[in-house]
Amino acid sequence: MTLRRPDLSQPLMLLVAALLVLMIVLPMGWLVVYSFSDKAGNPTLENFVRLFTDPDFLDPLITTLIIAFSTSAACCVVAAPLGWLVARTDMPLARTFRVLVMASLVTPPFVGAIAWEMLAAPNSGLLNQLWRAVTGAPSDEALFDIYTLTGLIFTIACYTFPYVFILVANSLDRMPGELEDASSMLGAGTWTTARRITIPLAMPTLLAGALIAFLQALNTFGSPAILAIPAGFHTLTTKIWSLFEFPPKVELAAASSLPLLVLTIVLLRVQLLVLGRRGYAVLGGKYGAPRLIRLGKWRIPVATAAMLVLSLPLFLPYAALLNTAFSPVSSQLVTPATFTLRNFYFTFTELSSTMPALKNTLILAALSATLGGLLALLISYIVARQAIRGWKVLGFLATAPLAIPGIVLGVGLFLAYTRPPLTLYGTIWILLIAFITIELPAAYQQFRSAFHAVHPELEEAGRMLGATRLRTLWDITGPLLRASVVATWCFVFVGVIRELSAAVILFTSETKVVAVLIFDLKESGDVGAIAVLSLTIVAITTVVIVIASRLSIGRDAVRLRTIAGG
Amino acid sequence: MTRKLTRRTMLAATAAAGAGSFVTSVQAAPPAEKVTPELIEAAKKEGKLSWYTSVDLPLAEKVAKAFEGKYPGVSLRVERSGAERNFQRIAQERAAKITNCDVVNSSDAAHLIVWKREGMLAAYVPEDVARDFPDIHKDADGMFASWRVTVCPMGYNTKLVKAEDAPKSYAQLVDPKWSGKIVKAHPGYSGTIMTSTQQQSRDLGWEWFEKLSKLKVMQVQSAIEPPKKVAAGERALMADGTEYGVVEMKKNGDPIEIIYPTEGCPLITGPSGVMVNAPNPNAARLFYSWCMSAEGQQLNVDVGALRSAHRQVKDRSDMVKFSEVKTMREDAAAVADKADEIKARYVKLFRV
Repeated sequence: MTLRRPDLSQPLMLLVAALLVLMIVLPMGWLVVYSFSDKAGNPTLENFVRLFTDPDFLDPLITTLIIAFSTSAACCVVAAPLGWLVARTDMPLARTFRVLVMASLVTPPFVGAIAWEMLAAPNSGLLNQLWRAVTGAPSDEALFDIYTLTGLIFTIACYTFPYVFILVANSLDRMPGELEDASSMLGAGTWTTARRITIPLAMPTLLAGALIAFLQALNTFGSPAILAIPAGFHTLTTKIWSLFEFPPKVELAAASSLPLLVLTIVLLRVQLLVLGRRGYAVLGGKYGAPRLIRLGKWRIPVATAAMLVLSLPLFLPYAALLNTAFSPVSSQLVTPATFTLRNFYFTFTELSSTMPALKNTLILAALSATLGGLLALLISYIVARQAIRGWKVLGFLATAPLAIPGIVLGVGLFLAYTRPPLTLYGTIWILLIAFITIELPAAYQQFRSAFHAVHPELEEAGRMLGATRLRTLWDITGPLLRASVVATWCFVFVGVIRELSAAVILFTSETKVVAVLIFDLKESGDVGAIAVLSLTIVAITTVVIVIASRLSIGRDAVRLRTIAGG
Repeated sequence: MTRKLTRRTMLAATAAAGAGSFVTSVQAAPPAEKVTPELIEAAKKEGKLSWYTSVDLPLAEKVAKAFEGKYPGVSLRVERSGAERNFQRIAQERAAKITNCDVVNSSDAAHLIVWKREGMLAAYVPEDVARDFPDIHKDADGMFASWRVTVCPMGYNTKLVKAEDAPKSYAQLVDPKWSGKIVKAHPGYSGTIMTSTQQQSRDLGWEWFEKLSKLKVMQVQSAIEPPKKVAAGERALMADGTEYGVVEMKKNGDPIEIIYPTEGCPLITGPSGVMVNAPNPNAARLFYSWCMSAEGQQLNVDVGALRSAHRQVKDRSDMVKFSEVKTMREDAAAVADKADEIKARYVKLFRV
C-alpha cells in the first residue's frame, strides 16, 4: 500500500482538518468565549455565578439531572430483560420484535411526545377518556397525566430504551455459548447460569447502555419542549432555547451549554472505560452460537408482555397519530362518519410551508448523507492506513461531536456564523454543517470498523490465491465497503430527518425543515397538520430504510451504528 | 460584539436623537396609492412574496389563497409564528443582514413602533387606509395600519362548566376552586398575550397574576391554543386566548363559550406594514393594499371572526357587536417600553 504520499496527502489533510475546524473547533471556541463574556464583550464569570445560584437556572439543571438518572434507570430495567429474552430465549417473534424496536428508534422523539400528548393529556387524552368511560370516573380525574415530570421521563424513556435494548441484545448475541455450556456441565441450572455467567458478562454493556440513555435524556430537546413547558418547568435544553427569546441572551445560553458539554465528555470517557472492559470477555477465537433458553409454557405470555411494552413507543402513539390525521378532532376517535382527508388536504395544498420544508429537509438529508459520508470515508481511510502524520488528531476530531449536544452545537454555530467573515446564518449551509457534524462520529465509526473488518484475513487470502492488490480491493474490500457506504448514507439521512435541536436554533423562514415546521405547528396547536407531517416523514424514513436493506447487507450495520450515534 | 437591540435602548436612543434624526420621521404620510395595472404587472414579475404573521394559521392560509386567487401569478408564502417569536426572528435576520420578509403583521402593536423607529418600514398608504381607516388605526407617517382588531377574552367549556358557574370577571377566575382547570398562553411567544398582559397588569395589578400563577395553570404558547385546549376538554377555562378562535370553534359546534370579563377585555390591534427592504417590493405593496381593502377586511371578519377598523366592513351576526364589548385601553407605546420587564416578571411568576 505505497501511496504516492507527497503530492496528495498534505493538501488533503489540510482540507479535512480545515473542515473539522470550521465545523467543530470554531463553534465550540466561540461558545467558550461567549460564556465568559458579558453583554459588552468584557471577560466575566458572572454568567456562571448566575447559572449556579439563580433558581431560574439551577432548577432546570437539577430537573435535567433527575430526568437523566430516572430515564437511564427506567431504560435499563425495561431493556435488559427484553434484550435477554430476544437474544437468549426461544421467545416467539423475536426477529419481528427487533425490527419493531428499530421502528420505534426511527420515530422522532418529539413526534412521540406529541402523540403521547394526544394519548395521555389528563382530560382530553384518549387513554384517559377510555379509562373514564370504563370506570365511570368523574370528568376531572385522570389515570395518566403526561404534563408532569414523570410523564416527561416516561416519554423520553420510550424513545431511549431502544438504544439500550440494541446494545444489550447485540452483546448477548455475541457472547460465547461455551461459557454457559461449561456452567451447565458443572451442574448449574438454567437460572443459576443466567445469574452467575450471563448477567455478569452482560453487565458492562448494560452500564454502557445506561450511560447512553443518560446522555440522550440529558441532551434531548423535543420532548421537554413539548411536555415540560405546559407543565410549568424547564429543562436545561429548553431553558437554553428560551434564552433566544427577545432580547436574546446568548452569553447565558453559551454558559448554560457548557455543563451539558462537560458532563457529556466526562460520561463518554467513563463509557469508554466500561466498554474497554467488555473487550476482554469476548476476546479470542470463534465461539459457538449461544444456547437458547426454553421458556416452555411461558413463551406466549412473555411474547405478549414484550409486545405490550412496544405498544408504548410504537403501537399506541402511531394509533393516536393516525387517528388525528384522519379525524376532525384529535381528542375523539375517528368513526366512518367523521373520517376526513381534510388534514391531508390542508397540509399538502393549503399550508404554504409544507413543500418548501419537505424540499429543504430532503435536500439537506441527501446532501448531509453524501458529503458527510464522503468526509467520514476520507477520515477513516486516512486513519485506517495511518496515511498522514496527525491522523490521530483527525480521528479524535471526527468522534468529538459525540460529546456535543445538538442544541449546544446549534448555539455554537449560531455564534460562529452570524458574523463576518463567514455569515452562514440564513443559508442552508449552516444547517448542513450542523447535520454533518452531528452525524459525523457515527459515520466515521461505521467506516472505521469496515476498514478494520477487511484488513487482516480476507485481503491476505485474496493475495495468497494470486489476485493482485487492485483485484483484491475490487473483489473483497470494495463490496464490504459498499455495504457500509449504503448503511451510513441511510443512517445519516434518517438522522437528519429526525433532527430538531440544532435546527430550531439555526433555521430562518427560508431554510425551515420539517422538524421545525412540526415544532412551529405544535406551538399553535395545529395537531391535524402535525399528524400528517409526522406520518409523512416517518413514511419517507421507512422507505429509505427498506430500500437500503434491499440494496445491501447493510441492515445489521445500520442497526449497530445507531448505537454509536447515541 | 454583536449589536444588541432592545426595545428600551432603542427608545432611549431615539428620544436622545430627537427631532431631525433620520429614524424619527417627521414628515406626514405619503399620498394614498391605488392598485394600478403597473403595480399588478410588477408584482407578477416578482411572482412571490413572504408574509410574516402571527394570525391563526388556517386563517392566514385562507387569506393567502384568496389573494392568489385574485392575483394569479403571485404566490404568497405564509410564515406564521408567535408575534414575539417573529419579532425575535426579524431582529436576528436583520443582524445577519438577511431580508426574507416582505409584509409583516404582528399582534403586538408595539413591534410596529419599534420597527418604524429603526427605519425598517416603508411608508405606503393604500387608498382604503387613507379613506376608510380611523386615525387611531393608522400611523401618521403611513408606515402601518391595523390589519386586524380583536379582543382577548376568557372562555369556558360548556360541557365541563355550567354557564351560571362560569367566572364573570378576572377576580372570579383566580378563585382557588379553578386550580388545575385553567389554560393560558404565553407573553414570550404571543403578541396578543404580551399586549393583554400589559393591560391586565396595569388595570388589575401584578397581584392578580400572582394569584393566577398559584392555580396550576397549564401554560401553552400561542393565544390560538387556549380555545383549542378548552374545546377539546383538556382544561375547563381559558384565562386568555383569541376571541376569533373561540367564535370559529363555536361555529363548528365545539362546546366552548366566550366570557367578556366585567373588568374589560384586553384590546388587541394587529397592524401590518411593508418592509423597507422587502425583497419583493411590488408584490408586497399589492398584497398590503389588498389585505387592507374592504374585500380583504371583510374576509378577515367572515372566515376569521376578526374585527375590522375598515368603515365599510360589516359585523358578523353570530358575534357580539364590537361596540358592546367593554375593552381595556390599549397602549402600544407602553408595551414597547416595558415588554422585556413584563416578560421577566411573568417568567418569575409562572416559572416558564
